[in-house]
Amino acid sequence: MKEVFKGMQANIPLAVSAIAYGGIFGVISGNQGVSWAEMLTMDLLLFAGSAQLVMIEMWHSPIPVLAIGLAVLIVNMRYLLIGASLQPVFDGRPFWQKALGMHLVADENWAVTIAAHRNGGTCPAFLVGGGLLLLTAWTFATITGNLLGGQIVEPERWGLDFAFVAVFAALSLSLWQGRDDLLPWLVAAGLAVAGEHLLPGKLYIALGGVGGALTAVVLEIVQTKRTAAAGEDTIAQLAVIGKEEDR
Amino acid sequence: MNDLFQFGAIPAILLASGLTYTLRLGGLLLADRLPGSGPARRFLDCLPGTILLSLTVPGALHSGIEGMLGLVACLLVFLRTRNLLLTMTAGMAGVCLFRWVGYFS
Repeated sequence: MKEVFKGMQANIPLAVSAIAYGGIFGVISGNQGVSWAEMLTMDLLLFAGSAQLVMIEMWHSPIPVLAIGLAVLIVNMRYLLIGASLQPVFDGRPFWQKALGMHLVADENWAVTIAAHRNGGTCPAFLVGGGLLLLTAWTFATITGNLLGGQIVEPERWGLDFAFVAVFAALSLSLWQGRDDLLPWLVAAGLAVAGEHLLPGKLYIALGGVGGALTAVVLEIVQTKRTAAAGEDTIAQLAVIGKEEDR
Repeated sequence: MNDLFQFGAIPAILLASGLTYTLRLGGLLLADRLPGSGPARRFLDCLPGTILLSLTVPGALHSGIEGMLGLVACLLVFLRTRNLLLTMTAGMAGVCLFRWVGYFS
């Protein structure tokens, strides 16, 4: 229970910006003809901001069910990787904890949890605490915006669009593990930027994530081979020295 | 009922939610089956950093010169304080300041 509160506390800055964004998002949803009940169901069952945004943009009668499914699949493909990266946090936990906990994974509490895990370990309860706070903030804000409607304020004027970037950049810093990360990170950033122009939805996040991590794997294999080759050289030299001594 | 949910709304939401949940839980269960050492482990170890960077860098680039200056400001604050709320406030304040200065000049 203590970890749940810790997780909530750690996610407060992100919940603040989720409220700001959720409010605006709620207003847009109302203008698009999404009812509060539809919005609430999306908030609770889907709980994924960017996918919900794509959905309400496609919310015209008759609702294109399959097209929406495909679009959401593309936007949320990154959750496959995000889920995989949480393996150390859930390691050895019973299945019900995984099944319940994974529903509450958003980009925000995932990033905060991974950073906390690297800095001394954490547990699923921490992730769930953050998820519950974000879910509450997000639902409250989107429904309020949906019911109130009205003028859309410009979030850019207050730097609100920048809140996510600021927090995520700071969290990236705390994930840095040393020089071996340099090339994989550069590859990830390069692929993400290129992919954003070339790929639909949010696929660029998956592209950068996979490409960067694969680079790390290739680097490690090359390094291991080089060390092994260097080891063989040393043995060969020792053998030569041994023979010379025999003479 | 018709006022609350238009035709097709519930199937669309259920489909989208089901797919998203499958991705979330599926990723975790797949990773459970990967070996605990070697290349697969290195892949998983590196994944959080590369995903986070892929989430952040395009957005940071879109925010222009003001965004870059704001980013430097907030990273400095984070390195000094390790506090996310302060970091976010500094980043937003920095971007606002630089934008307003740009707006009036």
